[in-house]
Amino acid sequence: MKEQPQHQPPSWARKFIEWYCKPELAEDLIGDLNEYFERNLRSVGPRRAKLIYMIDALKFFRPYTVQKPKWVNPFISRIMIESYIKTSGRGLMRHKLFSFINIMGLAVSMSVGLLLIAFVFDLFSFDRFHKNGERICRITNVATFNQGPGGKFATTSVKTGKLIREKMTGIEEVVILQNDFSQDAVVGDRILPLKGYWAEPSLFRIFTFPMVEGNPETALKDPYCIVLTESAAKKLFGGQSALGKTIKFDSLPYQVTGVMKDVPFFSHISFEALVSFSSVEKANQHDPRFEAWTNMWSNQVYLLLQENADRVSIQSQLDAIAREENLVQGPEGYRDTRIRLELLPLHKIVVGEQLSRSMGPSGPHVSPALLWILVGLAFVVIGSACFNYANLSVARALRRFREVGLRKAIGAGKSQVRHQFLVEAIMISLAALLVSSLLFFLLRPQLIRLSPEMQNMVKLDLSPAMVAAFIFFSVTVGVIAGFVPALYFSKINASHAFRNGPPRKAFKHLSLRRALVVIQYTLTLIFITATAVGYVQYKNILSFDLGFNTENILNIHMQGNKPDALLKELKEMPEVTGLSRSLIVTSVGNAWGGYMTYKNSQDSALVLTNNVDENYLPLHEYKLVAGGNFIVRPTTAEAAREVIVNEQLLKRFNIAGNDPEKAIGQEITFSNFHVHRRKMTIVGVMKDFHYGTVENVIGPVAFIPWAPEDRAIINAKIHSTDMQATLAKIESTWKKIDRVHPFKAQFYDEEIENAYNEFAAIIKIIGFLSFLAISIASMGLFGMVVFTAETRLKEIGIRKLMGASQGNLIYLLSSGFLSLLSVSALIALPLTYLFFQKVVLLRFPYHSPVQFPELFAGFLAVLLIAIVLIGSQTMKAARSNPAVVLKSE
Amino acid sequence: MKGTNLGEFEELVLLTIAALMDKAYSVAICDELSTHNGRTVKLGVVHSVLHRLEEKGFVKSELGEATKSRGGKRKRFYQLTVTGKEALVRTKAMRDQLWDRIPSLAWK
Repeated sequence: MKEQPQHQPPSWARKFIEWYCKPELAEDLIGDLNEYFERNLRSVGPRRAKLIYMIDALKFFRPYTVQKPKWVNPFISRIMIESYIKTSGRGLMRHKLFSFINIMGLAVSMSVGLLLIAFVFDLFSFDRFHKNGERICRITNVATFNQGPGGKFATTSVKTGKLIREKMTGIEEVVILQNDFSQDAVVGDRILPLKGYWAEPSLFRIFTFPMVEGNPETALKDPYCIVLTESAAKKLFGGQSALGKTIKFDSLPYQVTGVMKDVPFFSHISFEALVSFSSVEKANQHDPRFEAWTNMWSNQVYLLLQENADRVSIQSQLDAIAREENLVQGPEGYRDTRIRLELLPLHKIVVGEQLSRSMGPSGPHVSPALLWILVGLAFVVIGSACFNYANLSVARALRRFREVGLRKAIGAGKSQVRHQFLVEAIMISLAALLVSSLLFFLLRPQLIRLSPEMQNMVKLDLSPAMVAAFIFFSVTVGVIAGFVPALYFSKINASHAFRNGPPRKAFKHLSLRRALVVIQYTLTLIFITATAVGYVQYKNILSFDLGFNTENILNIHMQGNKPDALLKELKEMPEVTGLSRSLIVTSVGNAWGGYMTYKNSQDSALVLTNNVDENYLPLHEYKLVAGGNFIVRPTTAEAAREVIVNEQLLKRFNIAGNDPEKAIGQEITFSNFHVHRRKMTIVGVMKDFHYGTVENVIGPVAFIPWAPEDRAIINAKIHSTDMQATLAKIESTWKKIDRVHPFKAQFYDEEIENAYNEFAAIIKIIGFLSFLAISIASMGLFGMVVFTAETRLKEIGIRKLMGASQGNLIYLLSSGFLSLLSVSALIALPLTYLFFQKVVLLRFPYHSPVQFPELFAGFLAVLLIAIVLIGSQTMKAARSNPAVVLKSE
Repeated sequence: MKGTNLGEFEELVLLTIAALMDKAYSVAICDELSTHNGRTVKLGVVHSVLHRLEEKGFVKSELGEATKSRGGKRKRFYQLTVTGKEALVRTKAMRDQLWDRIPSLAWK
């Protein structure tokens, strides 16, 4: 043993035993382990010996060795906690600025946590209302095609459902749902568009969708039966009972056989009505494709497994079915597809793997990876906020040093000091919770409105469980934030505290903190500059000169109605100064088109088109380079022979040597999916305009005369002082013409704004992130400034005595920080600039360059906040009376 | 478990303590058991049995002198109590009675 004194048993293992073991047993226990250790050192070598020691230390953790948790007299600890709360409260009130900054800094980053908690709560509350939820599964089709890539589909074939029902064991119920029941329901003179599924009666045995009226067993049995949700029934039949009534779809009568409760918000399938599956079966009974194995595009199959069903055996049965069916030759157009079937548990539909679906409403879905990324981000944000809190608290060591020293001198133990600082941090984080829940309520509607998908996915409503989670979260944040200060202050030695004050080098890693400040500020600047630049670019896009005028033009979507009646009414309104008809609204991302050839029939090019009437060009102030408007007004689409093209089209085909004047009268051939090789004559050439969004390069475009059989959008130029009233007037006119569909109209400018909605959302998110970053970075900087100012107080006093002016001192104290800021700016600004110029704006061929004002606006704002932070503290230090400061030595 | 009955291993440990006289402490007991019993005995098991025996009042223990080995930790020495001795004797007597009842013919 003596020859190897260097090998000691691992100390943490010994400490671990000392921590958990009853003290009366600990000594000989450790002694025994030591003896074994020494023996093992010789027999198996130091590494194994240490390992054995560790394992034994863990093994001794047994009921009889573990000491009872020491609850110091509960009465005293209650008094102490009260005292902590009281003194911490006083401390917080005395240093209002510090408390405010701490609370705000934590609150801002905690609001991210709250939003995330609410988001996750909502996601995991999907489909929990089904009583048999644990046993419900959906069939996933894993398809591979000879042509094109395969994938995983949420939909499957009708055949799959039927085969499962016939052949498989271990399954209690099967239901086939067919997507896309979407028709106008007619009841008397009432018309209402209904959306839902074709479904089998077993649906009600699998899912928990309670019936209000009617028999769930039989309601969906016979063909042409329909079950309405309560709200759909109310819309169709008012207050009357809907049961037994008749609804007409396309003149076919359907009988209402049931009324069920509305589908809860947190259900991945949602519908207004269910129609018996036998109806669609009957309609397709002669179609071999309906039940084809590979016709997997529009059905969902749900299974209710038997209790204690063996999923492995079910999967192998599914494999057997698929193997057999893949061999069967399908009807024309449905071959060359290989399918494998998989089970997807109900509770993994919303938060789970991304599945394709070709048709039908895509339900809410979030991939777990995204969720983890979000959690990670929130973790980083909250972590850095906690770090800053710790930083700031320790930076104030000077103020607290004597207090802690005194506490220790009159008998406080380490643990009591620790508790006090933890209580203080928890109090701050609870206060921050209040502020951050305010922020939560402010941000919630913003978050939900970010996208329509979000609106269908989350409500972010508070529930008692969520409130509990919030409080738990806040206390956890408090404990994490208070951990370092608590540890730091509990180690203070009383006599030391009185004699020397805090150690000058409270932080050994001052350069690390500097680096952190630079990183935090770089990120802040990147975010804030990106917000500013992005916002300016976004505004530029909205006010972008598209090549025609969109001002005050209202686009009314006719939704299948003929435009004539409405046109007539609109013409009579004095506010409407011009009217035209078109097939689509361009410049918002919509497109229509076909292929054109000029003289060489081999050389065809994609040409984007719009069908417009003769008023469209003047109304939108398109600029014609040569030729004129349409001359003939075709009465059928077949008769349309004229075309107005843009300059790009001339260039593409090199028509008449690119000379617009000479191009008039030239003939081109146009085909698309219902026009076949039609010869058309160019009657006009217009200046290039932006047919697509600003992300698209201008390509060949042609306008074709609008014909009455085309779908129509009425473009009405409105000149009115009271837009609201005019809109209401037009809407009431619409109601006379179409009582079914709600009035769907939008100003052109609004439609353009909607087209760039995505950018607005991104800007909002980055804006919020920059807000977050700035508050966190400010906290970090503040901590450092306070620390420096307080530790250099005496130096300042001496400098003052020697005749330094206030200005000199402020420069002395703040120049370091300002240079840190400049370093961040030097990193952040060029980075953001390059990012926009080289990455983002490449997507927009017609963007305006990034200007200096927006690049520096964010920097100036950040600088201003930093100067206020630095200035307030350095001023205080510089103003201090040297006599007082130096006397206290 | 509680009560005066002795388990098989408890009995072995008690006997070992008795055999080791005043040198009976955990590691020694463990070694002794390992050599005589032919199977490796884990220290943790011995410790818990010793603890149980002490709870039942069959043994009593006291800490020895500090030594240089064992990292300066003292050993805990065990001794049989009167009830411990009685329990051993009683078990032995019971066994002997049973042995005596086996007719020698049965061992053929």
